[in-house]
Amino acid sequence: MIRYLLGRVAFGALILLTLSMFVFFLFFVAPGDPARMVAGDKATETQLIQIRTNLGLDRPIHEQYLSFLGKAVTGDLGFSYRNQQPVAKLIFNRLPATLSLVVGGVLVWLAVGIPIGIMSARHPGAVRDRLGQGFILIGLSFPTFVLGMMSLYLFYFLPRQSGFMLFPAGGFKPFLPNPAIWAWHLILPWTTLALTTAAVYARLTRGQMLEVMGEDYIRTARAKGLSERKVVWKHGMRATLTPLATQLGADIALLLGGAIVIEQVYGLQGVGALAVQAVANQDRPIIIGVVLLGGLFIVVANIIVDIAYVLLDPRVR
Amino acid sequence: MAVLEARHLSVDIPTEDGVIHAVRDVSFALEAGELFGIAGESGSGKSVLTQAILGLLPNAIVTGDVLFEGRNLLGLKPAELQSIRGSRIGMIFQDPMSSLHPYYTVGSQITEMIHAHEKVEKTVARRRAIDLLARVGISEADRRFDSFPHQFSGGMRQRVMIAMALILNPPLVIADEPTTALDVTVQAQIVALLDEMRRERGTTVVMITHDLGLLSSIADHVMVMYAGRRMELGPSSALFAAPAHPYTAGLLASSPANYEAGAELVPIPGRPPSLLDTPKGCVFAPRCASALPRCTTEAPPLRVFSDGLQSLCWLEGPPADAAASVAGIAKAPAADEIVVKVEGVRLTYGGGSLFNPGAGFEVLKGIDLELHRGETLGLVGESGCGKSTFARVLAGLIPMTHGKVSLLGRDLGSLDGRAWQAMRREVQLVFQNPFGALNPRRRVGAIIGDPYRIHSLASGTERKREVQRLMELVGLNPEHYNRFPAEFSGGQRQRIGIARALALNPSLIIYDEPVSALDVSIQAQVLNLMRSLQRDLDLTYLFISHDLAVVRHVCDRIAVMQAGQIVELADAETLYRAPQHPYTRTLLAASVTTPPRHPAAGRTLVSSNVVEVA
Amino acid sequence: MSTQAAIPVIQRGSLALTLRRLGRDPAIIAALVFIVLVVLFALSAPWISALTGHSAIEQYRDTGLSEMGLPVAPNAEFLFGTDHLGRDVLVRLAYGAQVSLTVGVLAAVVAALIGITVGMVAGYFGGWVDTVLSRAMDLVMSVPFLLCALALVSVFGPSLSLSIGVIVFFSWTTMGRVIRGQMMSLRRQEFVEASRSLGAGPLSIMFIDILPNLSVPIIVYTTMMIPGSIVFEATLSFLGMGIVPPAPSWGGMLADAAGNSLYLVASWLVLIPGLALLFTTLAFNILGDGLRDALDPRGRPVRRKPK
Repeated sequence: MIRYLLGRVAFGALILLTLSMFVFFLFFVAPGDPARMVAGDKATETQLIQIRTNLGLDRPIHEQYLSFLGKAVTGDLGFSYRNQQPVAKLIFNRLPATLSLVVGGVLVWLAVGIPIGIMSARHPGAVRDRLGQGFILIGLSFPTFVLGMMSLYLFYFLPRQSGFMLFPAGGFKPFLPNPAIWAWHLILPWTTLALTTAAVYARLTRGQMLEVMGEDYIRTARAKGLSERKVVWKHGMRATLTPLATQLGADIALLLGGAIVIEQVYGLQGVGALAVQAVANQDRPIIIGVVLLGGLFIVVANIIVDIAYVLLDPRVR
Repeated sequence: MAVLEARHLSVDIPTEDGVIHAVRDVSFALEAGELFGIAGESGSGKSVLTQAILGLLPNAIVTGDVLFEGRNLLGLKPAELQSIRGSRIGMIFQDPMSSLHPYYTVGSQITEMIHAHEKVEKTVARRRAIDLLARVGISEADRRFDSFPHQFSGGMRQRVMIAMALILNPPLVIADEPTTALDVTVQAQIVALLDEMRRERGTTVVMITHDLGLLSSIADHVMVMYAGRRMELGPSSALFAAPAHPYTAGLLASSPANYEAGAELVPIPGRPPSLLDTPKGCVFAPRCASALPRCTTEAPPLRVFSDGLQSLCWLEGPPADAAASVAGIAKAPAADEIVVKVEGVRLTYGGGSLFNPGAGFEVLKGIDLELHRGETLGLVGESGCGKSTFARVLAGLIPMTHGKVSLLGRDLGSLDGRAWQAMRREVQLVFQNPFGALNPRRRVGAIIGDPYRIHSLASGTERKREVQRLMELVGLNPEHYNRFPAEFSGGQRQRIGIARALALNPSLIIYDEPVSALDVSIQAQVLNLMRSLQRDLDLTYLFISHDLAVVRHVCDRIAVMQAGQIVELADAETLYRAPQHPYTRTLLAASVTTPPRHPAAGRTLVSSNVVEVA
Repeated sequence: MSTQAAIPVIQRGSLALTLRRLGRDPAIIAALVFIVLVVLFALSAPWISALTGHSAIEQYRDTGLSEMGLPVAPNAEFLFGTDHLGRDVLVRLAYGAQVSLTVGVLAAVVAALIGITVGMVAGYFGGWVDTVLSRAMDLVMSVPFLLCALALVSVFGPSLSLSIGVIVFFSWTTMGRVIRGQMMSLRRQEFVEASRSLGAGPLSIMFIDILPNLSVPIIVYTTMMIPGSIVFEATLSFLGMGIVPPAPSWGGMLADAAGNSLYLVASWLVLIPGLALLFTTLAFNILGDGLRDALDPRGRPVRRKPK
């Protein structure tokens, strides 16, 4: 088990290493003057010279990469000349919005997706199953940003037209001092972010549950005289959890992608919005920082999922 | 007074193709404390029957009456039935690997049952579970209480299942093929345990099985089912000594255990009917050796005999006993020519690798064998002994770690690629699983023609002619050339596998458990085919099986394998009459055979009713 | 192999059976009809342009914008209204359909081919080949793909080919994992062992024995990858990283609508391309689900015919 987890951690490190090479070679080895790209169009010649020295662009390529990697490991993600601030600080300021969005989104997607999947699997072919399957298909098909725009129109704009503020248009409010305000601003973004993935989970739960309910040990549980509730929610659910945990690990990347779009639609000043602005402004240090941070987030989340997996499945233990 | 009584029970299961009439008009009664056997081949409805009674088949439409402790089980509300399951009627299922929940400890799965039906302290429940686990033969029960099912062997898991079924002391326990998934020696232990426990507690047991030999040794009453019908019912002794129904007689006649070695088996011809149809006459009539003209047009009456047997059949006397009338086939003695010589073959998995130095897992520990042209050598052993692995080594599918295999005098290890490829023609495999061994997406003609395609031997119409010749040879209709494997029955698929193996005139055919996935009546058909092919084509067979009766019947010599080694090798009859190695003796002692039959002396017809089948 | 039997055997072909099952569900019929209509709509974009007399990128400032410079709602001249620059939404929608369908189908097919190849190789050979390829698939799946796409676009600039490349790169793994898993279990089947024992080589086994058994997951997953690619492309365009404006694409049209929250006063700007996008992906998803159920052998027990 320790061996298994160590393997997963090593693989996480490999992901981060690959990502760092990807961004490094993309930005420093691709054609064009990296210094000008880093500094932006308006930079003066003296600034450029100074940046070249700072970045060590005169040194051999592998030395450049190693120094870039070394800095990244210690948390130094470079300096955004356009914003005149260190990248790490810029990202740090944006973290609360993104984390609020992402963590809440996960909770909503699990809370919606799993029960719908179970409901659907419990009555295959019945009306409830058709409804569940309808939810799954529509959820899978709805592009996040279209859903976001439509919800804003329906739940913010139309009520406001009739003089009633059901939900705010967007924007992020910090958790403190008033968590209610924080949550109120995030309800629409959470739901929008969660719907697509909730559909994925509902589908997965439904499929797993249907399979598990056909297993011999479920028949055993029924033959023992357990109540149907216990058969489904204890014996059935327990066996369904493990594949769900594995899927959760695979979907963290999906989640970050969703977060970028949601921040754009709802005007949340999160890390994703920062990245999109940076692309528009050609502010490469920020893009590098965000990609690396995104990678780190996925790696950490995956290791947590792996630990959960080990705890869930006695056969791995 | 009967513990459980079923009257005119029918079970219909609706499917996409139509309604499956899984059980039709079955009645029986269990006396307190007896062991009641339900026997039948796959599709006979024996498992469906018991599961339907307990409400474990939600889609099934169950009609009739099932009386248990003064109540009709079929009229109960789901909650009432639920409180009976487990506490009043315990169940033991076939496959202990999949019937225990993989994520819960065995102990908690037992105590869960106590808590579901009784209000007891946790510690008390635990105590009771540990006591019973120890009683069913789990050593260190208090420590093993917290183990997970995957940490137990198959036999141990079945012991846990038995403990689970007995923990609340139910008056009735239903065991559905409780030993089928286990090895012969373990089977015997589990049957003995079940028998001991029911005598100790006075439990009534229903034992469902396809194994007539097993029932003959322990059952008090036996019910034989076929295509959802109750064919015969009666006291075990009378039924096995002189069955009244031709189907029961046919089943006994199909089992190689009831023959002298080398005799031609008398199989039941044909295959079971579709359960979607409702024939007017007797369901068994198309396959029946004693069928009368009226059998196909009129529903058979229920005959009741003086010795307690009840038979659903037009016959008033005993069915024709075909077995006695057929003489054995004379077979030419094996020639001196050595086809295969195996010397010191070893196989080790893992170990010696970069990450895992040191000893790996040794599967084959030095095998020496010789096969002569025209003989059949049996290789017997329990699961995991390495017999199938050895077959794959011989067939060139797994490279061996050490040793030497010579085929027709040529060392396989010294061959270059091309010669090795050519040698593939000389050894052919026939597999156990008739469903997995044929590509479901390819037509039968293409499957049997594969050897010609791979070795570029015949193509076009020539290949087709060859394939059709082979199909004819193994008893398949050559016109079915274009069908997919799914359109054939298990026995027919095994014939397809044999046809493919015969295509290149191999020097050696390895049969890896060729009949163990087939029903007894079909098994006999395939065994007869193998024997007649060997006689006509002078083939050499290596026959791998766990079933001693089958091996003894078809083999000239037998090698007994245990833990990667051959522990005894002798003539079939010598090995049977005077086994040398203790393991051989254990194996022989564990295999049960039906008692010898004798004519039913003094049996008279008591009554006969024409039954209206709904 | 000769395909002619001595006497033709009557059997229900699996194709006929699949079609019969598909035809039973009205939702699948509706989805198929809708897909055909969208394809026709995309193909007829030039005629629509000719009929309306509007080009996809020309700005009709006189008739297409109100006096306050706002887009006009659907009317006789502009059936689907105009956008913030006074362009005809109907014509842009038709040309955008071309982009969505081309990218969706092309990217899905290319990604499927890569996934099938990698999955088959990894699953068949196992050992270190499998370890390397599986790790590579894990790696691609664990990468923040939208962020990486952002990084790529910021260096190379947005373009149609880059969009397709990014979509393919990040979506072939779905197919790869499925095929690998199937291959692993098929490889252990006895019919494969039978072929090997006959002396068949790896290529013969992969293509003649195994590939036909993979047809169902290949058809189903390719169908399901199409809507994924369509949404992926639309998302890239929405974030300004896909099709270069002013060329029309559904994602780009929605991005224009989202700019300055214009869609709140001109709801057709989000409703028309948004619903077009939703119904197209929905239709493909329904079709994929339907195919999966119809091709599932478990739902179709083999009927034993009495002899």
